[in-house]
Parts: sequence; C-alpha cells; structure tokens
Amino acid sequence: MPAGGWRARLRNGDEVAHLMALLFGLTLALLTTLVAFELVVNSSLARHRFGWSFLTGQTWDPVADQYGAAPFIYGTVVTSAIALIVAVPLGIGAALFLAELAPRRISDALTLVIELLAAVPSVVYGLIGVAVLVPLMRQYVQPALQRVAGSIPVFTGPAYGVGYLTAGLVLAIMIVPFIVSVVREVLLAVPREQREAALALGSTRWESTARVVLPYARLGVFGAVFLALGRALGETMAVTMVIGNRPEISASLFAPGYSMAAVIANEFTEATGNLYLHALVEIGLVLFLLTMIVNAFARILIVVTTRRGTAA
Amino acid sequence: MTRVTASPPIARPRVERHATGAEAESPHPVKIATERVSLFYGGKQALHDVTLDIGSNQVTALIGPSGCGKSTYLRTLNRMNDIVPKTRIAGRVTLDGADIYAAGVDVVALRRRVGMVFQRSNPFPKSNFDNVAYGIRVNRLASSRGDLRERVEASLRRAALWDEVKDRLHESALALSGGQQQRLCIARALAVQPDVLLMDEPASALDPIATQRIEELIYELKRDYTIVIVTHNMQQAARVSDVTAFFWLGKLVEVAPTEQLFTNPREKLTDDYVTGRFG
Ligand SMILES: Nc1ncnc2c1ncn2[C@@H]1O[C@H](COP(=O)(O)OP(=O)(O)O)[C@@H](O)[C@H]1O
Ligand SMILES: [Mg+2]
Repeated sequence: MPAGGWRARLRNGDEVAHLMALLFGLTLALLTTLVAFELVVNSSLARHRFGWSFLTGQTWDPVADQYGAAPFIYGTVVTSAIALIVAVPLGIGAALFLAELAPRRISDALTLVIELLAAVPSVVYGLIGVAVLVPLMRQYVQPALQRVAGSIPVFTGPAYGVGYLTAGLVLAIMIVPFIVSVVREVLLAVPREQREAALALGSTRWESTARVVLPYARLGVFGAVFLALGRALGETMAVTMVIGNRPEISASLFAPGYSMAAVIANEFTEATGNLYLHALVEIGLVLFLLTMIVNAFARILIVVTTRRGTAA
Repeated sequence: MTRVTASPPIARPRVERHATGAEAESPHPVKIATERVSLFYGGKQALHDVTLDIGSNQVTALIGPSGCGKSTYLRTLNRMNDIVPKTRIAGRVTLDGADIYAAGVDVVALRRRVGMVFQRSNPFPKSNFDNVAYGIRVNRLASSRGDLRERVEASLRRAALWDEVKDRLHESALALSGGQQQRLCIARALAVQPDVLLMDEPASALDPIATQRIEELIYELKRDYTIVIVTHNMQQAARVSDVTAFFWLGKLVEVAPTEQLFTNPREKLTDDYVTGRFG
C-alpha cells in the first residue's frame, strides 16, 4: 500500500480502527515469521547431519539415531491424494446441487448442516473412523476391492482395516463439507447476468451450470480444492487414529503407514536425543512450508475469482 | 413461478386495444400480444393489467421512470422472470398467437425464439468466437465446424462487429470496449436465429458514439426482427422506435406511434413525462 494511501486514511477519521487492524496484521505476520524461524533453528542438527537426504531417507530408527522423512512425506501425500480423489467430485457435485438446483430454503438448511459438520473436532472423525470405518474396511471393502481389482498393486496385501486407504477416506469425509461450503459460495458469487445470458440463449438449466457458471467460477473452485488439500495435509488426530503408524513406504494402500503430522504428535513427547527432536522439528518445517504454499495458492485463487465476480 | 389465470377463458373481459398501427392487415402484424398481464414479486405487484400488442418487424420502445416495470414487462416476454423466486404472473402472453405460459410450453425453445440483450453487457469470459458460438452449440444448430464458423461470422456481420474482431476471434471478449461487448452480446443473441429481440437499456452504459452505433444497428435489424427496447432516454426512443409505450407505476399509460406519442399524446401524464415535467 502506498504511504499516501494510509496517511490519507488516518486523516479521514478511522485512524484507531485502521491502526488496530494494521497492528494485528503485523502481529500475525510476525508470529508466522517467528514460527518459521523457530522451526529452522530447532531443526539445524538434523539438517547438518542428513542434508537433503533427510527428505529421501526411508529409515526412521530412533535407536540407531537414523532419521529419514520419506515414509511420512509419502503417507501425507498419499492420504491427501486419496482424500481429494474421493472428496472433490462429491463436494463439487453437492455444491452444484445446493447453488444451482435446490430451492433456496432447502439449500440454506442443508448448507447450515454441512457447515456444522465442518466444525466437528477431528478427533470425533477419528473415532468414527476407528469404530465404523476400520471394521468396515477390513471385513467388506478391502476384500471386495481385492477380488475386483487385486491385480493392481495398490489393492493387494492383507486387510488390516487401518492404513493409507482408510486414512484417506476419513480425510475425505472431513474435507467434503468444507469443499461443499466454499464451492457453493463461489458459485453463488457468479453474477446473475451470466446465468441469465446463458438461459436467454436457450440453454437448459444444466447447460448454463456446466458451460457458463462452473467455468466462470473455476479458479475459485480450484481455490476451494487447494484449501481442502491444505487441511488434509495438516490433519493430525484423525489420521493418527486410523493410518496404522508404521514408518514404512508400501505400494499397497491397504498397508499401514504414517504421516508427517501423526509422527510429530506421537513421538514429540518421547523424543529423547537432540537429533531425534531436531528431526521431528524438521518434519514440522517441511509440513509448514507445504501447507503454507498450498494455502497461499488457494487464497490467491479465491480472492482473484471473488473480485472478478463482483467487478464483472 | 406459478401462474394465475385472471379469469376463465370463456368469460374473459373485453380488452380494449389501443391503436398502434399493429392491426392484422398492416405490414406489421401482431407478433407478441399481452393481455391483462399482472406480475407479482412476492406480495408486491410490479405490473398491473398490461395489455399491449407488439407488431412484427418494427421497434417498440418502452419508456417510463425508473422502477415503473419496464424491465419486468420485457422479461415476461421470454419468461426470464421464471427464474426469479416467488414471482407470479396473471394474464396472457402470446407469441404468434400461442400462449407462451401455457402448460407444456418448452421454455428453452421459447427463449431461442425470443432473444435478449441486457443492460450491462455480459459476455462470457471466453473468446469472441466462443461467445457467439455458445448459443449455436447448445442448440446444436450447426451441421459442421465450417457451418459453425459461417454462422458466427454471419452473426458478427449482422451486429456490425465483424471488421473489428475478425483478427481477434480467439481473444477474450473481455478485452473489447464496452460498445463492442454490447454488439458482441447482440451478435450472440442473433446467432440462435430468434424472431424477436428484447433489449433492456442496451446503451445506457455506453458513450455517445457507441450508443449511436447501437442505434444504427437497431435500425438495421428491424427489417428482420421484431424489436422491443427499454430505454429511459426519450431521445433514444424517439430516434429508434416506431411505436412507443409509456409505463408508469406498473401500468401501461399510453401506447402510440412514436411521433404521435411525443408530439400529441392522449394522456396528460404522458405529456408531463415526455416534456420532462417529472421522471
Ligand atoms: N427481483 C425482484 N424482486 C422484487 N422486486 C423487484 C424485483 N425486480 C424488480 N422489482 C421491483 O419491481 C418494480 C419494477 O422494476 P423494474 O421492472 O426493474 O423497473 P424498470 O425497469 O422500469 O426500472 C420496482 O419497484 C422494483 O423494485
Ligand atoms: Mg430496468
């Protein structure tokens, strides 16, 4: 912001409110910087010892003081990918229904319910995962998948119930409400003139949705997906409860694995040696950077679309 | 949208018709007829018993102060009010004699016959070509890619825009000037080959030169299309239209050949309005 801009605002009366906002903004930026700084400082031992190979090393052995983060990075990426593959079509479909097809009253009521779902603490989703999803996966879903698609390596191996697939599905359940509510907002922000132009040209309702509304909103939809991805990447509790917590890379999605957030939560309090601690903090740093990038990208996309939406 | 029949068809009250030069034997037979049309937004009545015949191949202008129901009336003609929640319409609207609100009417087909151009130009954020091609594609009018291209070109020529965009067909429509965007919207509407073109203050956001081009275009188009244009600019109505209808508070006050309405109106209210005493 040019200096003249905020000086003018200060003169124009709302200087207190403006200063407060500026202060809070600066505090937030400062906090973020501090977090990053702390993460960097407290992971230096691991970086000196392992360098870049920390990211590719597959051995995680606290007893031998040998640390490689690849199993966790892999677990985080794979579970998040599964979550997106399942949640994105579901979420966008539901949002289209709510924004375009459902009568306003029904849409508002359902949206309220969905937004409540998004506020449920993740440990509750974890419990549902353990109590419902894990047995279901072990007894029905995984055996069925194996029968149908067992020739594909990702669907092989013993059915434990816990593992990448289950964790991905729990994540999917957690992010669907989120995708629905953000995408619905983005769709509702599409100017009425766009819909009316499409309808006036002899489009059906569906054609106007698919060919005009959705393309118009596509950046915002991508933004919603990236925000959801940010959540999935950082989700700790629910994943820890169903992923199996085994620091190994497996091709099979049925196999137990581990994620970055989960290993930090589980091992931080028992990490005895300095190098062990630093290795965990470095995983935290990787996760921090990853989620920052994904979230920043998402925000930019959403800001760009909503701004264009109101300006057009 | 629900529909209320004002009265049983047999006992429909006699509707008094204004002389508009749109009688059956004239060169401008009635294209659209509205009989005692009332429209409600929830509990609020926006149109009161509007009875008006619109002659084909001429320009009918709707004038009146802002909020008097011009847009609402225009949007009853292609059933665009259907998508506004809680609207209710009573009365009868016919296009070539057929009731467009009758049960079983294909609204999508109706809107293809009755095209619309909006107040603020609203091109899709697509290329110029894709904007004009949109309606051709959704309505599957083109038999081949070549045919599609020809139709797009013909529509752009019709809208007097071809020369300005022929070298930038595949650039974004949002890069065009305001006046060009509005002519693109006209081309887009023409591409689906409507009989009727509804225009809601198509030039209100444009500068005088762009406005003049739109007005010339309207003059050109009336040979082949029936045009209904909303404007709150009386000079514009006087320049482009053959028949002018004056609305006030949701009622049709007077309709007459344009020259007559402006120089020798029947109603005192019309006289006050066209001479600028209010509104
Ligand atoms: N969607 C709507 N819901 C409720 N009232 C509306 C709506 N659209 C228009 N109106 C009202 O109907 C009246 C006529 O509006 P409109 O047809 O837009 O007038 P005009 O085009 O002549 O300016 C106005 O009082 C306006 O406030
Ligand atoms: Mg209007």
